Amino acid sequence: MPSVFPFAAIVGQDEMKLAILIAAVDPKIGGVLVFGDRGTGKSTAVRALAALLPKMRAVVGCPYGCDPDKPGGHCEVCQVDDAPNGRLKSRQVPVPVVDLPLGATEDRVVGALDLEQALTRGRKAFEPGLLARANRGFLYIDEANLLEDHLVDLLLDVAASGENVVEREGLSVRHPARFVLVGSGNPEEGELRPQLLDRFGLSVEVTTPTDLATRIEVVRRRDAFEGDPDGFAEDWAKEEAKLRRRVVAARKRLDGVSVPDAALERAARLCLSLGTDGLRGELTLVRAARALAALDNRPAVSDDQLRRVAPPALRHRLRRNPLDDAGSTTRVGRAVAELFDV
Amino acid sequence: MTPAPDAPPRDETAERWGDAVRAARLVAVDPAGIGGIVLRAHAGPVRERWLALLQGALAEGTPLRRLPVRAGDDRLLGGLDLAETLRLGRPVLERGLLADCDGGIVVAAMAERMTAGTAARLAAALDTSSVHLERDGLAARLTTRIGVVALDEGIAEDERPPPALAERLGCHLDLTPVGVTASEDLSAALEGTEETAAARSRLGRVAVDGEILAALVAAAAALGIGSLRAPSLALKAARAAAALDGRDQVAPEDAELAARLVLAPRATCLPALPEDTAPEEDQAEEPDEAPEDDADTPAGEDDSEPDRLEDRVLAAAAAAIPADLLALLNLSQGGRRPPRASGPAGAPQKSLSRGRPLGTRQGRPGGGVRLNVVETLRAAAPWQPVRRARQGDDAAADTGRRVLVRPDDFRINAFKQRSESTAIFLVDASGSAALHRLAEAKGAVETLLADCYIRREQVALIAFRGQTADLLLPPTRSLVRAKRSLSGLPGGGGTPLAAGIDAGVALAEALSRKGRTPILVLLTDGRANIARDGSPGREQAGADALAAARAVHLAGLPALLIDMAPRPQPAAQALAMAMAARYLALPHADPGTVSQAVRVTAAEAA
Repeated sequence: MPSVFPFAAIVGQDEMKLAILIAAVDPKIGGVLVFGDRGTGKSTAVRALAALLPKMRAVVGCPYGCDPDKPGGHCEVCQVDDAPNGRLKSRQVPVPVVDLPLGATEDRVVGALDLEQALTRGRKAFEPGLLARANRGFLYIDEANLLEDHLVDLLLDVAASGENVVEREGLSVRHPARFVLVGSGNPEEGELRPQLLDRFGLSVEVTTPTDLATRIEVVRRRDAFEGDPDGFAEDWAKEEAKLRRRVVAARKRLDGVSVPDAALERAARLCLSLGTDGLRGELTLVRAARALAALDNRPAVSDDQLRRVAPPALRHRLRRNPLDDAGSTTRVGRAVAELFDV
Repeated sequence: MTPAPDAPPRDETAERWGDAVRAARLVAVDPAGIGGIVLRAHAGPVRERWLALLQGALAEGTPLRRLPVRAGDDRLLGGLDLAETLRLGRPVLERGLLADCDGGIVVAAMAERMTAGTAARLAAALDTSSVHLERDGLAARLTTRIGVVALDEGIAEDERPPPALAERLGCHLDLTPVGVTASEDLSAALEGTEETAAARSRLGRVAVDGEILAALVAAAAALGIGSLRAPSLALKAARAAAALDGRDQVAPEDAELAARLVLAPRATCLPALPEDTAPEEDQAEEPDEAPEDDADTPAGEDDSEPDRLEDRVLAAAAAAIPADLLALLNLSQGGRRPPRASGPAGAPQKSLSRGRPLGTRQGRPGGGVRLNVVETLRAAAPWQPVRRARQGDDAAADTGRRVLVRPDDFRINAFKQRSESTAIFLVDASGSAALHRLAEAKGAVETLLADCYIRREQVALIAFRGQTADLLLPPTRSLVRAKRSLSGLPGGGGTPLAAGIDAGVALAEALSRKGRTPILVLLTDGRANIARDGSPGREQAGADALAAARAVHLAGLPALLIDMAPRPQPAAQALAMAMAARYLALPHADPGTVSQAVRVTAAEAA
């Protein structure tokens, strides 16, 4: 693995950082899509996510990293394993953040017959793919709009069911594949299919900073990192650890954060006035606001959180109105201002 | 550096050539850092000489490989090595061209024809210095520190390498105006591999002080360059320049050179230079002197104040902005440059042109049907022990370690050739109704784009007015791109209906050849007044339009004519008849109805 630019050292891009932190606190929100200009550090930020995630317990030897406390979690390997005194052996592992590179073939994504074992030993074994590795973690697609159609279909199917069903080469395997999608791309390369867009809980638009001092700082840190990646990471280790502790603490607090009825009503009114499709927008908005409250160490969701997460939670769920030239960000901003500032 | 200090004043082409040579040397020192070069030049002796120079400047043993324009993923990224896999009886990885070039340079031929998919793969390799392979049952991460030289043979303004790639390649050169004689003048002066190797080893020690970094960033901002990759790449180029010159510290001259090579070609607006610090002649001379006398003068230059340094770097960049770019910038008042298509007719992305893979099935390869090696091996694998036992002892010695493949193991790729449609809007932008019609057409295009992903439709728009028909929106799926090129669409003038239809047919036929299904959507009132030859006159114009319309019918193109006149026009009806088009009188067409009608026509055509 090439060394990774520390998350804490990313200059500016507050909304993007916030969205990624929220996704790290509550994976149930359903991931982040980062869309925007070239050279804004989209993939840098996403790749830095892995370092912020606290470790998780996984069953030893399970190719899907099953949670030991949830046996019967669909995985054939863990179920078959007759563990002594009903307890599976487990250990701490990093939460997987798996890259789905362009040019990946379907057999590597879903898993396939293990060629090596088949050729050398004549054994029919299943070789898990990227979806298996991403189970309980994150799946990152850079240039999401360039992903081949059949892979998008496949991802949508698996993401909806949380289970990967492989029926090929005489293999019949099903295994859990619950993952959070994280994507990035440039809108000039083409749009995303609405179904795929809908899978992302939050969507962020990034633009290049215009302030000169910020721009200088970005280039300076990039240069420092490329000159000495390890030294740079060390310089930022303290900040990075602080951020990680914040995420861990927020995760613990998350269930304790209350959502008052007033906030629920606000969220519903906001979605109504924007005419978002379905209930997913509302759910995401409330969940994201709750995660943000946990990050901010607040006991309950308030207008402040709703206001801050409304753009990323809703902007990709607006029905397109070609006659309204204003971008969706502006429209969300307008609706928020109307609703909250009276 | 290369030019002799007492060289006579050179003209612009010689300067360009000199810069091209300098760029080659910088990239030879730090290919992965600077990312590479976009070289716009015709195929010919000048380009060949430049490539030879680059090769000559590379340190000993540095790989330089050519990437053909339509290289498949197996060659580009890597995959299963068939011969070795069969010989050894276990999967063997074959590295792709990119990983093979680690430490060196990939020369991408005909980069202006490169697909967005290929560009994204190159971009990923440049960004992560590695190729992440998940193919053919193999997973690997191969170190790939490469520079890319994108050979751009484009002629038209919009024939350019994909922006995602160009963005990551530091130096942008244009050698099209450089003649053969100009290219002869400096080539001999170039020193070679040893200097490069020395510079490479020095590179890690070269320091940059904060002022120079700030000056480069400020210059980029003043030139209207949004991406922060540009100043980062300029910084790398400045470092390489210092290393090449045997210094451990980046001097202002290095920054100036970097500004010229990296920043100037990316400029989107003209900087406002402070008048007192940057007199005209200063600008013109500096780029010339900078490279040669930096060894002697930096001490004198060092005490310059920060503002001064910034201005110097900016002036160097501004002076190097090519004249044609200047004209373009002045024309558009510093606005955005027109978006570029990936090819003249919007070459479709790879995933679109191959159809939808439907997996593999048993069958014989040949006749354009490709054998899927991995699946074939998978099919053969379970039977190996049985087959080996059957083979008998006599053959066992020979085939001991090989894989026994039988014809019925063969698996071939199956594709479902889905015919994807492209709606070509032909919009009459003439006369008084133009504004109204254009607004409708724009709305319809955007509505169509907004919900057409599922069937992967594309949209193109040709507007005709005055005497010509212009392709305003090459076939695209990008709403962003469409919005941008549709804003500020001009209207008024005569109605060259025939020219408009002809342009539509030409585009439609080009698309058909690419396996797409074009649909013509003509928005007009049918009243032509400019003939094919550009002369005014209703009668001839009408006859020409009808002739053009019949060509649509002959070509078998599905078409839709939307009559946008206040009252249905007989001329438009006649035109629709001749085109065998569906006729729709929509005096108050709203975008929704238009896109609905287009969809129905598309469904019939499919």
